[in-house]
Amino acid sequence: MPKSSSKKAEKAVEELTYEEALAELEEIVTALEGEQNRLEEAIKLFERGQALAARCGVLLEAAELKVRQVAGDEIIPFEELSE
Amino acid sequence: MQPTLFSTQQWTVSRLTFYIRKLLEENEILQDVWVQGEISNLSRPASGHIYFTLKDASAALKCVMWKTSAARLGIALQDGMEVEVHGKIGIYEVSGQYQLYADQIRPVGEGALYQEFMRLKAMLEAEGLFAPERKRPIPMFPQTIGIVTSATGAALRDMLNTLRRRLPLVQVILAPSPVQGTEAPPALVKAIQSLNRQSPDVILLARGGGSIEDLWAFNDERVVRAVAASSAPVICGVGHETDFTLCDFAADVRAPTPTAAAELATQLTLLDLRAGLQNYKTRILSATLKLLAEQKTSLAALVSQLRYVSPDRRIQSERQRVDELARRAHAALLHRIQLQATHVNGMERRLAALNPLAVLGRGYAVVTRKDDGSVVARLAQAGNEMKVRVSDGEFEVKKSTSR
Repeated sequence: MPKSSSKKAEKAVEELTYEEALAELEEIVTALEGEQNRLEEAIKLFERGQALAARCGVLLEAAELKVRQVAGDEIIPFEELSE
Repeated sequence: MQPTLFSTQQWTVSRLTFYIRKLLEENEILQDVWVQGEISNLSRPASGHIYFTLKDASAALKCVMWKTSAARLGIALQDGMEVEVHGKIGIYEVSGQYQLYADQIRPVGEGALYQEFMRLKAMLEAEGLFAPERKRPIPMFPQTIGIVTSATGAALRDMLNTLRRRLPLVQVILAPSPVQGTEAPPALVKAIQSLNRQSPDVILLARGGGSIEDLWAFNDERVVRAVAASSAPVICGVGHETDFTLCDFAADVRAPTPTAAAELATQLTLLDLRAGLQNYKTRILSATLKLLAEQKTSLAALVSQLRYVSPDRRIQSERQRVDELARRAHAALLHRIQLQATHVNGMERRLAALNPLAVLGRGYAVVTRKDDGSVVARLAQAGNEMKVRVSDGEFEVKKSTSR
């Protein structure tokens, strides 16, 4: 396994943003497909991968466009005009 | 005909002027007219209103443009400029002067605008602002999208709807700005700059459709330079398909409409992400199953190898060897016993042949003394009582006489 992902693995799946989760999932898929993993490691990777995929799915389903606006150098919420 | 001295109709100047004014104001053509001419006597007092005279070779027309319209003016007026002025004819009753109340002014025809456009385009192009090598790619999966447009326009609504539909994961930062009129260019520049301080992945610079004058802010040199200087890549979607502005040339990507700009900013949609995720799920599963299958196969191979080198096999063969030896030992023993038996048999037969008693059957007898059992072979050995053994038994005898 590359060192980067074993370091990332310390972060709980529930805390990851979509981009982080997806990037790690991608890494795991590549690792599982490419490298010769020890079985125990492979199973760990698989479980982590499944959790990451589930996390991504949840985030995708829950996604809502966040709109804010700049005011000077501040970022403030943007109230859309309802029509 | 002589005018009558005592006319029935008496007109005051005011009434006549009012009458003329009504005539002018009731005329549809005069209330919605475009007039072409050259500007002269241009004056712009502190009130903010603009006064000038529009003239051609043989006539002149007084014009006034009120402050509110003047603020929306997209061009800088100067004496000698050929312009087209839109407005309505009215009367300034104080001086009895008819004049054009102007609400729009544009350089003559599209020719003048086009020339200005071409001049600026050539200049900026020469500076390299539009060079293809300056174009940056739009990130495949932006997380923050900046939008510069009017906060109230349909363009914003279209873009937000498109983003919401395609990729609701993104965060939008809006930098609202007027998009037409004289205040638009500096405001657009400021919006682009303050957005850049938020480091969005891409900026959408957009405005809905309108006339060439409406879109003119996007041909303003300051705005074009701000687009070129933006650190985030810019997608420009101004007007309609057929409208080209200098911002389009300076932007990294030109979109035909605001909606198209939002689409170009989200090359990956929610659907793509879902499909990609499914693909990963499938791959991770099949990779793991494959790995497990490989492990199983190599385990099976090892097990059969192990079986091959197992002591079990040796034990079995040892056991067989022991059996074999036991069998051979047994056979050898039997053989020996048989040999012995045969030998004993022979001996027996030889013994039988040598049996001294064998002659008894032929009528001989063995005589032994009764007292000590010794054989009486000679007369001198005879006792008083003796036993006589014949072939099938014995009997006792007493010596009677000696001869």
